Amino acid sequence: MLTVAGLTVAVPTPNGPANVVRGVDLEVRAGEVFGVAGESGSGKTMTFLALLGLLPAGSRVTGEAVFDGRDLLALSPAERRRVRGRDIAMVFQDPMTSLHPMLTVGAQLTDHVRAHLAMGRREAREHAAALLADVRIPDPHGALRSYPHQFSGGMRQRIAIAVALACRPKLIIADEPTTALDVTVQAGLLRLLDELRLQQGLTIVLITHDLGVMSALAQRVSVFHEGRIVETGTRQQVLCEPRHPYTAGLLAALPPA
Amino acid sequence: MTASGVTGRRRAAHPLARLLVRRLGAMVLLLLGISLVTFVLTSLVPGDPARAALGPVQGEDEAAVAAWNSRNGLDKPIPVRYLVYLSNLLRGDLGVSQQTGTPVLDDLIAYIPATAELAIISVLLASLIGVGLGVAAALRRDTLLDQVLRVVSLGGVSVPVFWLGLIVLYLGFFVFDLFPGGGRIDPLAIPPAEITHLYTLDALFAGDLAATGAALHHLALPAAVLAAYNIGYIARFTRTAVLEVINHDYVRAAHAKGLPARTVVRRYVLRAALPSMIQILGFAFAGVLTGAVLIEAIFSWPGIGGYAYRAAVSLDLPAITGVTMFVAVVYISVNFVIDVLYGVIDPRIRAG
Repeated sequence: MLTVAGLTVAVPTPNGPANVVRGVDLEVRAGEVFGVAGESGSGKTMTFLALLGLLPAGSRVTGEAVFDGRDLLALSPAERRRVRGRDIAMVFQDPMTSLHPMLTVGAQLTDHVRAHLAMGRREAREHAAALLADVRIPDPHGALRSYPHQFSGGMRQRIAIAVALACRPKLIIADEPTTALDVTVQAGLLRLLDELRLQQGLTIVLITHDLGVMSALAQRVSVFHEGRIVETGTRQQVLCEPRHPYTAGLLAALPPA
Repeated sequence: MTASGVTGRRRAAHPLARLLVRRLGAMVLLLLGISLVTFVLTSLVPGDPARAALGPVQGEDEAAVAAWNSRNGLDKPIPVRYLVYLSNLLRGDLGVSQQTGTPVLDDLIAYIPATAELAIISVLLASLIGVGLGVAAALRRDTLLDQVLRVVSLGGVSVPVFWLGLIVLYLGFFVFDLFPGGGRIDPLAIPPAEITHLYTLDALFAGDLAATGAALHHLALPAAVLAAYNIGYIARFTRTAVLEVINHDYVRAAHAKGLPARTVVRRYVLRAALPSMIQILGFAFAGVLTGAVLIEAIFSWPGIGGYAYRAAVSLDLPAITGVTMFVAVVYISVNFVIDVLYGVIDPRIRAG
C-alpha cells in the first residue's frame, strides 16, 4: 500500500543542509504492522515526516513514495494536507506535549474531523465520544469537556490514538508511541493498537528503538542506520538471525533477559 | 486515573470564582500598602507646600504659613495625617487640590476620560497592527519581511515620542493643515452631553456623527504617535511569543491532522501565545494611560498627564497623592484583569 523508492532528505541546520535520509527503499503491505528500528538520528522519523510534508521549512526531499496509487511527494501542499490526518494519521512520542494544553479534548478530537469529513458539530461530537470509547476512555462524554492535563500519560496517549483514528485513516504512523510511558502502561497500549488494527483493518508503521516493543507487535522489520536501511525482513529473521553487523550490535545491546 | 479526572472536572466549576476572590483580596491589600507608601513619601519629600502655595511674598510671613498648615492639617504628625487621609479616602474624599481649588476627585474625573480615550484608541490601533506584524514576522522568520519588520519595530521603539509628536504636528497641522493643532474638540464647538465622558462615544450616543468625526479627527495624530511606540513594542513581543509556541509538539500534531495552516495558526499557535500577548497589551495600555505627559503637552490634550505635571511642580500634595493612587489603581486593575484572563484562557491555572 506504501512503496518508497530512493528517498533522500536534507534538512537545514545552522551548518548547512544535513543529509539525514540517504536513499531509502521500503514497502509497507496492507494490514501489517511494519516495524522501523534504529537509534535516534538514524533517519527513521525523518523518512515518514518527509512523506507527510511535515519537515521543517527549507528541507529538500527527492525520490518517490506511492501510496494508494499516488506519489505523495508529487502532490501539491494542499493535496498532501488532505491526505494527512485523513488517509495517513500520526501518533507522536510524547502525549504530554502532543495535545494542546488549552483546548478541550473534544475540540482536538473534532476539528480535523469537521475539516476532512464535513461533519456537523453534533455529529462530530457523537463520533468523538464513540472514538474515546473505542480507546477505552471511561466516561467519554465527560472526557470531551476535559482538558489534557486532567488525564494521565497513558490516558493522553489513548486520546492521541483516538485523534489519529478519527477520520478512519488507512495507515497510522506511530512514532515511539510508548517510549514516554511507564512500562506498566506500555503493554496495555500496544495491545490496544493491535486490537484496533484487527478491528478496523488498519496498517501500522511502528517506529521504535525498543526491540522489545518491536518483537511484540511487528510482522516485518526494517533496521535504519545513518540514513539508510541496512536490513529488512520478517521479525524472526531480523531479530533472531540478523545478517547485518549493525543489527547484531543492536540486539547485543539489549540487557540480558 | 479516572477518579482524579472526574474530581478534577467537578472542582473546575469554582476555581475561576476562587481565583477572582483571591486576586480581589490581594488587590485591596496592595492598594492599602501603596497608599501608605505614597503618602509617607510625598509627606517626607523636601519642599514646603505652604510656601509653594502662598508664593514668595506671603510665604515669608510665619503666621500665614502656620495658618495655611493648620488649615490643611499639615501641623499634625504624619501617622495622624495618614489615618485622616485614609478615612477620607474610603469616603471617596481625596482632598482639595491646592492649585485648582476643586476636590481632587472631581479633577481626576475631569481629566481621566480624555487620557482614557486617547489610550483606548491608540492601544487598539497598536494592538491590531502590532500583533499582525509580530505574527507575520514569526511565521516568515528570517526572511526579508522579518528583517524589514525588525527594523520598523526597532524604529518605533527607539524614536522619542516628543520628537515624533512635534514632527507629526508640524507636518499634519502646520504644513499640510490636514489635522487640528490640538485639543479634544474644536474650541468653539459644544462638547457632547456627557455620559461616558469619552467624546467619541458620547457623540455617537447623541447621534451626532459630525461630532464623532471631529473627536476622531482630533484624536488621530496623538493616538498615532502614541501607537507608533507600542506597535514596535507589541510586534517584537508577539514575534517572540509566537516563535516560542510554534515549535511545540502540539503544533506539529495539528499539522499532522491535516488542518489548514491558517487554522493551525489561529487555534493552536495564537491560543498558546495569548497569555504573553495579553500581558504586553495590558502593560501597553497602563503605560499610555499613566505616562502620556509629553504627548498631552504637545497636542494640548487636557489629560491626566498634564494635571500630574502641574501638581508636581506646584507641590500640590493632595493632587500628587491622588494621581499616584490613580496610577496604582490602573496598574493593579490591569494586573487583576490579566490574571483573571490567564485563568479564563489556561485551564491549568484555573485549577492551580
